[in-house]
Amino acid sequence: MAELDQAHESYELGMHTEQLSGRTQQVFFSAEESDNLVYPWAPEVDFEKSGEIDAQSLSQQEVNAEIRRLMIEGVGTITVRNPGAKHSLGVGILSRLNLHFDGSLGYFGCGLLDGPNVTVAGRVGWSCAENMMAGTVLIEKNGGSTFGAAIRGGDLVCKGDVGSRTGIDQKGGTIIVGGRAGAFSGFMMQRGRMMILGDAGKNLGDSMYDGTIYVGGKIADLGVDAVEGEMTDLDRDWLIRKLGQYGLEAPNGAQNMTKIVSGKQLWNYDNLEPTEKKLVL
Amino acid sequence: MCGIAGLIHRGKSSNVGRELTDMLQSLKHRGPDSTGFALYGNPKSGEYVLRFKVAEQEDMRHGFQIHHQVIERRAEVDRRLDELGVRRISEDAATEYAFRYLVSFDGDMKKLADYVEDVEGAEILSIGNALELVKDLGDASVVSDQYGLAEFGGTHAIGHTRMATESDVDIRSAHPYWAYPFNDISVVHNGQLTNYWGFRREMERRGHRFMSNCDSELIAVYLADCMERGEDLEDAMRRSVDELDGVFTYVVATADKLGMAKDVMAAKPMVLYESDDFVALASEEVAIRSIFPHEIDTYDPYEGEVMVWQS
Repeated sequence: MAELDQAHESYELGMHTEQLSGRTQQVFFSAEESDNLVYPWAPEVDFEKSGEIDAQSLSQQEVNAEIRRLMIEGVGTITVRNPGAKHSLGVGILSRLNLHFDGSLGYFGCGLLDGPNVTVAGRVGWSCAENMMAGTVLIEKNGGSTFGAAIRGGDLVCKGDVGSRTGIDQKGGTIIVGGRAGAFSGFMMQRGRMMILGDAGKNLGDSMYDGTIYVGGKIADLGVDAVEGEMTDLDRDWLIRKLGQYGLEAPNGAQNMTKIVSGKQLWNYDNLEPTEKKLVL
Repeated sequence: MCGIAGLIHRGKSSNVGRELTDMLQSLKHRGPDSTGFALYGNPKSGEYVLRFKVAEQEDMRHGFQIHHQVIERRAEVDRRLDELGVRRISEDAATEYAFRYLVSFDGDMKKLADYVEDVEGAEILSIGNALELVKDLGDASVVSDQYGLAEFGGTHAIGHTRMATESDVDIRSAHPYWAYPFNDISVVHNGQLTNYWGFRREMERRGHRFMSNCDSELIAVYLADCMERGEDLEDAMRRSVDELDGVFTYVVATADKLGMAKDVMAAKPMVLYESDDFVALASEEVAIRSIFPHEIDTYDPYEGEVMVWQS
């Protein structure tokens, strides 16, 4: 891995030359352009090469630094023992890696990920996988509130229950909850899909712009501008396929899940951005 | 931000002083300004523990007069206790300004509290058969060492690490709050109440007193008011979720119960561990892990949830 400082890293990403111009900044990655999928300084790791970290007596900064050090050495499969619900573990990993936590994480675990496959044997606290761009995070037990806040991509899966405001500001990717989700889940959701196999709390999908929420259990009530959508064969096939990837099933069958979408009455979807108005006029 | 924690042993006593100290110390990053403990020991019939202070820690750094004043104030409290027929069984002074008396008394507790607090600088931190409430500036280890709490045996306890946001850094504004003038009721809180002043005026009209301008004190007084009017603890807590406005998670303890309530937005954290003989709850799981280092199953209570456990 090339040793680059932060300024060089941002130049490599084109962040200093990017033209910001309203909606035209949307760029969709092509699978054919493999260079787009890897950061220039990403370490070359070998999944067959494994390492282990005992977090018992380490601070969260030390654990994260140790993960980074092992990755630079080419270790592609890392197990963290005794995470002890410490906060902010496994954050900011921007390349491929198999990372396993043999216990529970505290707040802000696995935030700012872009690429790794993470498994957590225990529970996660608030704001797990916040701002994840790509990769997978699979949690065996429960999750806290603001689970998957503002994720843009990847799959975030919790086999147990999660707290309130799950997927708040979700901008893409997939959130799967095996159990129950708390109030205001999908609040101001913009894109992506969320599956709640159990019950959903009050104000589900409140003020959502777009995106889709599927619920297998009861919905306490819907939030402002969240409405029931029509389940299609495409929805059903996708649900069965996606849940199957993680060994999950909807308790009453995917065909009986309730689909929630935005009513699109709350926001001014047809309004142009100020710069776009100038162009039109 | 503030950190709150609580624990209860079902059907047995333990060293709750040490356990709560460890939990609160691990929450120090949520609030380093002050730390408070409400510890519930083994009650003795007819005897009460009176915890009170006659000055703020900050006052002790201002001039030589204060050292004489605290002596005079304590003497005046003693005189008034004697006047009301309170028998002082033992007396301890953890600091120059904070005292622990074991007393026996069968008179009007409100009259006693009002008369003592009428002494300049005096504040009753708690009166209880089982409850001992200690709070001071500093982190959990500092306060626990200062007041000798590490060997406190009892059934349950609640505590708080404070990040001062809307009131001063002093003992008066530190949690827990005793639910004046009720024996053995204390509250810790994380959050903000937005209808504090309206409710405070209503409570004051009903004869309740406030020692601070901290919104958390309202919860203790509110619960005391509901219970005074005949509601049990759980009903009072359910009412509070409907009537108190804002974002909050609070923990309350009585002589034999521990309870928690969360607002309808679930905006403030709480993690819970429950086994057959023990319950621990805290703002962060790291606090529970400080007494259970091995893997345990925990969960977050949901919005609007009220839970009560018996010791």
